[in-house]
Formats: sequence, C-alpha cells, structure tokens
Amino acid sequence: MRFNKTRLGMAFAMLAALALAIGVSACGSSSDDSSSTSTEGGTEGGGAIVSNSANGKVSLTIGSKNFPEEEILGEIYAQGLKAAGYKVKSDLNLGSETVAHKAVQSAAISGYPEYASTALTSFFGLEPEEVPADAGEAWEKANEEFEKEGLVAFEPTPFASANAVGLLKSTAEKYELEDISDLEGVSEKLSLYGSPECRQRIDCLAGLEKLYGLKFKSFHPVDVSLRYTVLEKGQADLSILFTTDPQLSAEKDKFVILKDDKHAFRAGNVIFVTTPKVVEKAGPDYEKTILQVQEGLTLPVMQELNARVELEKQTPKEAAAAYLESAGYTG
Amino acid sequence: MNALPVLASFGGAFEFIFTPQTSNVTGGEGVGGLDQVIELTLTQLEVTVLALALALVIALPAGLYFGHRGAGELLALGLGNAGRAVPELALIALMAAVVGVGLLNLTVALAILGIPPILTNTFVGVRQVDRASVEAARGLGMTEFEIVRKVEAPMAISSIFTGIRTATINIVATATIAPLAGVATLGEFILGENVYGDDGVLAGAILVALLALVLEFSLAGLQRRLTSKGLKLEAT
Repeated sequence: MRFNKTRLGMAFAMLAALALAIGVSACGSSSDDSSSTSTEGGTEGGGAIVSNSANGKVSLTIGSKNFPEEEILGEIYAQGLKAAGYKVKSDLNLGSETVAHKAVQSAAISGYPEYASTALTSFFGLEPEEVPADAGEAWEKANEEFEKEGLVAFEPTPFASANAVGLLKSTAEKYELEDISDLEGVSEKLSLYGSPECRQRIDCLAGLEKLYGLKFKSFHPVDVSLRYTVLEKGQADLSILFTTDPQLSAEKDKFVILKDDKHAFRAGNVIFVTTPKVVEKAGPDYEKTILQVQEGLTLPVMQELNARVELEKQTPKEAAAAYLESAGYTG
Repeated sequence: MNALPVLASFGGAFEFIFTPQTSNVTGGEGVGGLDQVIELTLTQLEVTVLALALALVIALPAGLYFGHRGAGELLALGLGNAGRAVPELALIALMAAVVGVGLLNLTVALAILGIPPILTNTFVGVRQVDRASVEAARGLGMTEFEIVRKVEAPMAISSIFTGIRTATINIVATATIAPLAGVATLGEFILGENVYGDDGVLAGAILVALLALVLEFSLAGLQRRLTSKGLKLEAT
C-alpha cells in the first residue's frame, strides 16, 4: 500500500515534469509567433536602441493611468528603457490623472505619459478653448507650468487623442448630423452616455452644455470599456468615444463621430512627465530613448495598437513588444 | 503630528458634503454640496432596496424549503459559496451585452451578491431548529407549511437576519460601482476623483459607510421586533 503510494507519487511527479516541459516549449513557440506579427509603420525611427551598461545602476518606475492606450504607452516606454539598459519596473494601474500626477510629484514613479490637453485643463485650470491647437505650443505651455512645480515634460508624440461625440451611422443619417452644432434642436430627443466623470467635466458633457448650449434627453454614466456596447445595444443614441479608438477605422460603416466645430474637445498629444532629478540621475539615454520609441506613434499606429488590445485581447505588454520590434527599436 | 493632516482632510470632506466646492475640470461649476449628496444617497438607497428585495424573493423561500426538507445541502451551500466569488464588475459588463446597462442590470448583479448569504444562513438556521420541536408541531397536526411558518422560520430568525444583514451590507457597499453601469450613486464621488477631488472621494466613502451603518442598525431593530418573546428569554 505504502509502496504503491510512492509509486503513484513518482508517476505524478513525472507527469508534472512532462507537462512543464510541454508548457515551456509551447511558450517558446508562441513567442516565435509574436515576433513574426508586425505593426505597420514606424520603421522610420532612428534604428535599434543601444544598451548601455552604465544605465544598469539606475532603476526607474514607469507609471500610467488605467486604460488601454495609457497602459500600452507605459509598456512602450518601460520596454524601450529596459532595452537601453535601465532597470525598469512598471506601475501601470494608477487610476485617474490626479493620482498619477501625485505619484510623479512624490517620486513614487519616475514618470508617466500624460495628454498635454489634460494636463493644461485638469492640472493647470485652463479652459478648453485656451489650450493651443498646435501640439508644440501646447507642450511648451504645459512644460512651463510643470516646471513651476518642479516637474518636466518631454516633447510630444506624433499622435493626438481627444474625446468625441460618437453615434451609429444610421442615427447620424436619420437626423442629418455631421457637426456637434447640428445637434441643436435634436439633442433633447437623444440620450448621451459617458464616463462617470463626464457629467461635470468641461471637456465632456459640461462643455457640450456650456459651449454648444445643448440639452440632452438624459445622461448616463458608464464604464469607458462599455462605450461601444451601449451604442451597439441601441441603449445610447450618443456616446463619448476617443479619436484613437480602433473601431472608428475598423467599423467605419457602423460608427461615426461628429465634428467638434466649436472646439469643446481639445486634442492632446502625449507628453512624458518626469522630474529633473530623475533626468539627472538617469543620464542622457533616458530622454533620448523615450523620444526615440514614441517617434513611430502616429494616429494609425496608435489605433492599430489599441485594436490589438481592445479588440484582439492582446495584453498591452505584447502589443508594445510587437511595436518596438517591428519598428526596429528592439531586436 | 500625523493626525493633523488626516483631520484636515476629514474637515474638507465634511465641507464637501454640505457646500459645493470648486473644481479644476468643470469650467467654474461647483461640485458636491447637500443637494447632490441627497440625490445620490437616495439613488444608492433605491438600488440597494431593489436588489435586496429581489435577493429575498429568491433566496428566502429557497432557503426555507431546502432547510425544511433537509435536502439540497450541497446545492444551497455550494451555490452560496460560489456566489461569493463572482466579480461584480465582470458580471455587469457581461450582462451589458444582453440586457444593457442601467437599473435592471445593476439590480440583478447586486441581487446575485445578496443571494448567497441569505440562502446559506436561512438553510443553516432552519436545519439547526430543534427536531423535537418540529416533531411536536407535526404531532399537533400542523401542515408542513405551517411548520415552516410557525416553528422553523421564527426559531431560525436570528440566523436568517444574519444573512439578510450581511447581504444588505454587501449590496449597499457594492452599489458604489453603479456609476460604471449607468446609474449615478454615491460612487460617483469616489470614481470621479478628477472632478470631485480627494475631499469628494473621502466624502463619498464616509457617506457610504454611514448609510451602511444606518441600514445595519435599522435591520437590527427590526430583528429584535420580529424575534418571539420566548427566544428572547432563552438568549438572556
């Protein structure tokens, strides 16, 4: 009896070892697969990142807010910096911009990607119409303000993202809507869905009410991950979407966004917010690497990366790795 | 020394509850204040009562029935324990595609959270009723339904109420995520940190905690009134 038990135990151990071996080889083959997938565009970036052994003494923590686009950006920066030889940790679930802002101020993280427009309106109290339309000017203005509080922001990404009023194409055709202004006289019949914060944000419902003078039949708060579900389900007539959403290019015949003709939603390019202290400690490769890896991030590339995570259910980590590799930043 | 900033933030939270505060992102509109607090508290209460009612309608009869029959132990306890492991947010997202977001989705999701404690505690409470009392009732000529209603349920009242109180606290606390599913409850203060600031987050947490306490005390009072005199004597 006893003997049998040990034999059984050994059999299990061998089975487990076998399973492990299969698992390992399966992992190997799946990573081969991912290296063969490619992200279009971005090859014009300045070649591969060179690992510098001197950077190994520096540890960095890259943060991000907690939605797919930010997490992808956080991963891109983190993996790029790792390739440059830094010891990198990531903290990609920081919640709202207020939390992320505090985290970088208190040095809990080394830096995180932020939209220049968000920084200017949310941190520095600008009205949306005061945010410069030009990406460079918006960055300079944001950087000026960041410097006052002992932070610094690097140059912006090529792509910009903004909130947008989205709807089904059939709804747009029914009411002949192209611009947000066209909603005048119609909006009373339409329900609007947005994030819980949207109701009172000036770059969301509050702006639509104030700047456009619109009143909606009703506003319902929902999780941002449901922004297309509520449209598809026919519950929402209008839903707040993002201009970098992959659905807008992949399902052009289904979803459309209205033109923001009075500029309630200012587009924001992403700027990497960090502190001069970290810049000094990390040396020149820090800024260089960050600017290098974001060079390929044009609107179509960002949409493609969002599509991989939101539609194809890849992890932000996988999507970022594929981007860095296909753009030639990492081998 | 450390207590000072903490006290200061509580002061901010209480101010937030009573008077509207300024916010960076609203373009000058005030946020918070008593009007908004009352509105959101009432919605939170409404959602809680609806979900609790649905949970009671399902779990109480089921618990009494299985407890009385002495059968379905595995089902009642297994279902109860499995129910505790369901992540609410995932459930809401899953049902969003079927029933859409909004009050119905939320009520069902929260009721699912409330069913396990009521079911399990009712079942266990009824099982623990002295079998001699049940036999005596049967000997007196009571029907099975009368046995449940007049003997088992009253004697299991303390266990049943433990379940109801646990369910209520679970539901009222979780109703905080309702703003992610189309219904604006007090969770709006907690989820909308960029709008309401730290004061709003803390105020939201304080209000939810107060609401939970009020419900807990009300139910404790109700339980005392519903407990039969004989059982009260036994307890003292």
